[in-house]
Amino acid sequence: MAIDTRSTDLEWDPMNALLAQYLPILIFIGIAVGLAGIILTASFIVARQYPDMEKLSQYECGFEPFEDARTKFDVRFYLVAILFIIFDLEVAFLFPWAVSLGQIGIFGFWSMVVFLGVLTVGFVYEWKKGALEWE
Amino acid sequence: MAEFWTAYLWPLLWIVIKILAIVVPLLLAVAYLTLAERKVLSAMQMRRGPNVVGPFGLLQPIADGMKLFFKETIIPSGANRGVFILAPMLTFSLALIAWAVIPVGAGLVLSDLNVGILYLFAISSLGVYGVLMAGWASNSKYAFLGGLRSAAQMVSYEVSMGFVIITVLLVVGSLNLSDIVMAQKGSFGMFNWFWLPLLPMAVIFFISTLAETNRHPFDLPEAEAELVSGYNVEYSAMTFALFFLGEYANMILMSAMTSILFLGGWLPPFDIAPFTWIPGPIWFALKIAFCLFIFIWVRGTFPRYRYDQLMRLGWKVFLPISLAAVVIVAGFLVTFDLVPA
Repeated sequence: MAIDTRSTDLEWDPMNALLAQYLPILIFIGIAVGLAGIILTASFIVARQYPDMEKLSQYECGFEPFEDARTKFDVRFYLVAILFIIFDLEVAFLFPWAVSLGQIGIFGFWSMVVFLGVLTVGFVYEWKKGALEWE
Repeated sequence: MAEFWTAYLWPLLWIVIKILAIVVPLLLAVAYLTLAERKVLSAMQMRRGPNVVGPFGLLQPIADGMKLFFKETIIPSGANRGVFILAPMLTFSLALIAWAVIPVGAGLVLSDLNVGILYLFAISSLGVYGVLMAGWASNSKYAFLGGLRSAAQMVSYEVSMGFVIITVLLVVGSLNLSDIVMAQKGSFGMFNWFWLPLLPMAVIFFISTLAETNRHPFDLPEAEAELVSGYNVEYSAMTFALFFLGEYANMILMSAMTSILFLGGWLPPFDIAPFTWIPGPIWFALKIAFCLFIFIWVRGTFPRYRYDQLMRLGWKVFLPISLAAVVIVAGFLVTFDLVPA
């Protein structure tokens, strides 16, 4: 890496300044994952391990496990996941809109109201269809 | 050599020192949060709580940690070993790295990102993966059901949390966490903080953080009466401890977010003499402790929700209200020309 050693250059170059902000986070991720790994490995080495069949079988309140646990489950969990994607995307669109509302003014405001209105129509449809019912 | 030291090694070492200055107090806070929880709960039930290990039971968290450390790490034979081990590591690491952008005082932050709140939102969203991976990799029915429930619950409440954050951003006009705190500074002290003008949003946000961290009264993923312990039922020793640390660190993180968004971060409650003598980080810690106390108070008071009630509250109450609040707050700001430039 041919980074100039004078620290002032880091501040002048916008790209480097941006990356310099994220460097501590990268190091933090490394330290956090490393710490988790060290804790697990240290415990695994220090504590005595006596695995046996009964210990290693899945817990099912004292029974032998009947079958593989990954069976079918309620489709409503999928529905919730799909709804979540829609609304989380909506939130993602709202973030830049919220901080720039001062620049885009009244036109920006009404554009977003229309967008939210369209999504609200969809939401009302889901509600009436019973996609949000759990009983 | 000296140039190499000043140009590369020292800045890196300084970053590592700052990271340790975050991680070590955080892990200590997690350890003593578990003790505080047991003490507060026992006080609410007219008991004494842990009081044998050390004075007032102060060494109890250390003893618990040592016990877990010397236990056997059990990996079930039906489990996917890699994912099984990775899940607690992910939960733990995510709970730590979110703290990179939390400002504990004026300028006291590891990385003052201009998109700080977006980073926090992203990291807390990733938290679902740890739970899902644990539930799926365990290959146990209880863990699987717990993982499913937890994932559905966390994503449901995240949506309304997102909308609540948007209302705060509308008022502040910046994604930077320090800017959010400074926007709450004003001549009325604590009545300038956003909890008062955005009171319904603050309440929704706090309740959503309870659901997001799988805490009472929304602790269905762990429902000990039916799912025994939910997604972490197959975990033992340090793999379990990492989940535990991660969950409690997440509680502290969510309290920190509540403090920054609605309780004025490191600002003193009034900008006059005796309050301004106390440094900002202490105010911030006090506010976090206040939020955590409410977490425990709620646990000591409310019975558990049913799953359909939980989903109803998230999708049919909080989502419409917070969605409407975004439009109302934006409309109010635009009408009265209060939008921050």
